[in-house]
Amino acid sequence: MAKVLLEMKNIIKTFPGVKALDNVNLKVEEGEIHALVGENGAGKSTLMNVLSGIYPYGTYEGDIVYDGEICKFNKIKDSEEKGIVIIHQELALIPYMTIGENMFLGNERGKSFAINWNETHGLAEKYLKMVGLKESSRTLIKDIGTGKQQLVEIAKALAKNAKLLILDEPTASLNETDSQALLDLLLKFKKEGMTSIIISHKLNEISYVADKITVIRDGSTIETLDKEKDDISEDRIIKGMVGRDLTDRFPKRETKNIGEVNMEIKDWTVYHPIYTERKVVDNVSMNVRKGEVVGISGLMGAGRTELAMSVFGHSYGTNISGQVSINGKEVQMKSVSEAIKNKLAYVTEDRKGNGLVLSNSIKINTTLANLKAVSKNTVINSDEEYAVAVDYKEKLRTKCPSVEQNVGNLSGGNQQKVLLAKWMFTDPDVLILDEPTRGIDVGAKYEIYCIINQLVAEGKSVIMISSELPEVLGMCDRIYIMNEGRMVGEVSAEEASQEVIMSHILKSSK
Amino acid sequence: MDKAKVMTFVKKYTMIIVLVLVMLFFGVGTNWLLFKPQNVTNLISQNAYVFVLATGMLLCILTGGNIDLSVGSVVCFVGAVGATMMDKNINVVAAVITMLIVGLLIGAWQAFWIAYVHVPPFITTLSGMLVFRGLSNVVLNGMTVSVTSESFQKVFGGGANCYIPDVFGVEGFNLTCMLAGILACVIYVLIQVKNRLARVKKGYEVDSLAGMIVKTVIICVAICAVAYQLSNYKGIPTALIWVLIVVLIYGYITSKTTIGRYFYAVGGNEKATKLSGINTNRVYFIAYTNMGLLAGLAGILTIARLTSAQPTYGQNYEMDAIGSCFIGGASAYGGIGTVPGVIIGAVLMGVINLGMSIMGVDSNYQRVVKGLVLLAAVIFDVTTKKEGK
Repeated sequence: MAKVLLEMKNIIKTFPGVKALDNVNLKVEEGEIHALVGENGAGKSTLMNVLSGIYPYGTYEGDIVYDGEICKFNKIKDSEEKGIVIIHQELALIPYMTIGENMFLGNERGKSFAINWNETHGLAEKYLKMVGLKESSRTLIKDIGTGKQQLVEIAKALAKNAKLLILDEPTASLNETDSQALLDLLLKFKKEGMTSIIISHKLNEISYVADKITVIRDGSTIETLDKEKDDISEDRIIKGMVGRDLTDRFPKRETKNIGEVNMEIKDWTVYHPIYTERKVVDNVSMNVRKGEVVGISGLMGAGRTELAMSVFGHSYGTNISGQVSINGKEVQMKSVSEAIKNKLAYVTEDRKGNGLVLSNSIKINTTLANLKAVSKNTVINSDEEYAVAVDYKEKLRTKCPSVEQNVGNLSGGNQQKVLLAKWMFTDPDVLILDEPTRGIDVGAKYEIYCIINQLVAEGKSVIMISSELPEVLGMCDRIYIMNEGRMVGEVSAEEASQEVIMSHILKSSK
Repeated sequence: MDKAKVMTFVKKYTMIIVLVLVMLFFGVGTNWLLFKPQNVTNLISQNAYVFVLATGMLLCILTGGNIDLSVGSVVCFVGAVGATMMDKNINVVAAVITMLIVGLLIGAWQAFWIAYVHVPPFITTLSGMLVFRGLSNVVLNGMTVSVTSESFQKVFGGGANCYIPDVFGVEGFNLTCMLAGILACVIYVLIQVKNRLARVKKGYEVDSLAGMIVKTVIICVAICAVAYQLSNYKGIPTALIWVLIVVLIYGYITSKTTIGRYFYAVGGNEKATKLSGINTNRVYFIAYTNMGLLAGLAGILTIARLTSAQPTYGQNYEMDAIGSCFIGGASAYGGIGTVPGVIIGAVLMGVINLGMSIMGVDSNYQRVVKGLVLLAAVIFDVTTKKEGK
């Protein structure tokens, strides 16, 4: 049996009012890839913060034994000195600095008042080679793609003499090819003796790389699965995560009542707002019927969000051409307010950045896009507004003490419900939902699916953009497939499968 | 009461508690001279411009912590234009209207660059600060122009005639003022009761009855106390009327109207606001144009009170306005802040100024204290934000 590199024993971490970690045990052997899985809020990130010293020694109970000795980390630097390096979900690189400068930020070569740039770039290039990057270390971070940026992060970790690499959702913002490259890199490091812990929601990736999988649920470790001995299929992992078999991940619609075409998009072409010669959406046509859920599937960067936002009152892109007709009539939507008037709603994928005003209450967020409905001559009727907010809160079962609560204090799933309430209140006929379940847990996802079903039952149309294939397959009546800005396929629910969709994408890639 | 309840109470009413403590401190420090009728009157009329400017500044700060540095210079320029017009015997009404329009146009000029060309507000208004200070000098030829029109002084609170006349004529006590104070209390109580009944009738949640009564009583006592002290001096300063008009109008706009809501939304999350179909550029335009208008009004009040216009007037006014907003709880990141909060901030600044003057503190040290109070207020904002996360 291999040597145990890290053991976290009976870790308990409490925040005021909540027990975030309750007796967590984690044992990582040298030279393995250990996956940590669990629903959002299960405590994975908290555990890693305890390990890396972000929550210093003394603020938690239990012991961290690393390389045979008990560790008392007070800050990140302490854990890094021992070779424990975390790569966070959000990349921590500075766009207008070079790769080399970024890699040695806070770890500069030479003296504090005389940085040795030759040594910096020389070393940087050595580590870049190890992760398979051919870029010069003098390239600016902003000039390379996210996939390569993630590799720079790993090179940066190597430069700190990492012995235990922790990756938090490393592939969340990468496309399939880059993800694959990253996972293969991890396997290569493993052969060279590196130990890694990987946190991920993508179960197929975990099955691919992990030797052992520890499942965390509600702040406690549930089980550790061993690739050699146990079944580590996706279903098996999900069962551990949610504590039950998820046979019905998608609610059934009672009756399907699909009517005539509600919205039709024809020959839609959009150019990039900054690089104006680049086509982002290329001659796309599609339609959605009343009472229908239409999915748009595709890889990251396929142009789906750009298509949706440009249709929604030209919120994205320049030089937009093509026609949109709603209910058979051609409409011009040059601004968001015109789009709302034409009963179109766009629920953004980025609820914190583009969707909600986090410092305002649920009530204020709910009515923001349609304040006219609760006001007279620009004066807001606060009683009516309150009633509307409470009504939606109950309808969507948003969990909150009161609608006066700030949205910033809600969990992801509940924030998503507030965002949906906001757009449902504009009384749209067509809703475009962009990644409606991104970053929310399995239970909340189910509730969002129920809301979608209810919307189409009322005769509205839903266009669902999603990167999660099972979700698209489980929810949609018809699926469009986009790749590199073009529509490359349309399949009905019956003929759709993961293989069919992927093959459409792969065959169309230039 | 448990600890958590006390904490939320303290958090909710921090500014008021601080104000009371500061008032007590200076009350003791000045042997209660601070609360003498004459000083209470001075507190209001000396700081009228701060209230007006801070209200306008709040809207700018709400849009995202943006400030308007030019207001001091605009106050001076508008005053210079008005004083020169009146000096040339142009009709007073025409002069007043011109001053307001000039303020509005200056506001619109700066607002255009900020809202539609996206020049950072800091730069645009820094430019305005220089430009209008320079132009004031040009208009006044570097000299003092006195304002002699009696009617102008009467209406905008200047010279010796800056009080609402007493209709009852009781010797030594201005009954009109006291009655106005009582009337204000009655109206306040009626509005509170009416709102409460309406909410109960419709079945919405209401605050506890005891809490509401305590709050109402405290506010009424405060109003009556101020009115009583004013009555013991010369009555209601005319400037107070203008301050009340501005505060009531903007208090209503920010809390009850759609445009008011948009200021908060833009400051809270501009992208989300834009994607909700709201013209965010127009929101910026309105905030800065309005700031110009209120700077115009503050210019009128300033030359009325000082009965002249000088090229040095209005210096550091922008700092008083900005300071009041932040001390009054507006967030340096935008999206948070209220008109009542700003009033409390302005009163706090005024009390510190007046209290230190009475105590005979060197004016240089006064600046040091004011600066530190401002820093403390923003530190408080930033740290409580952190806790929220």
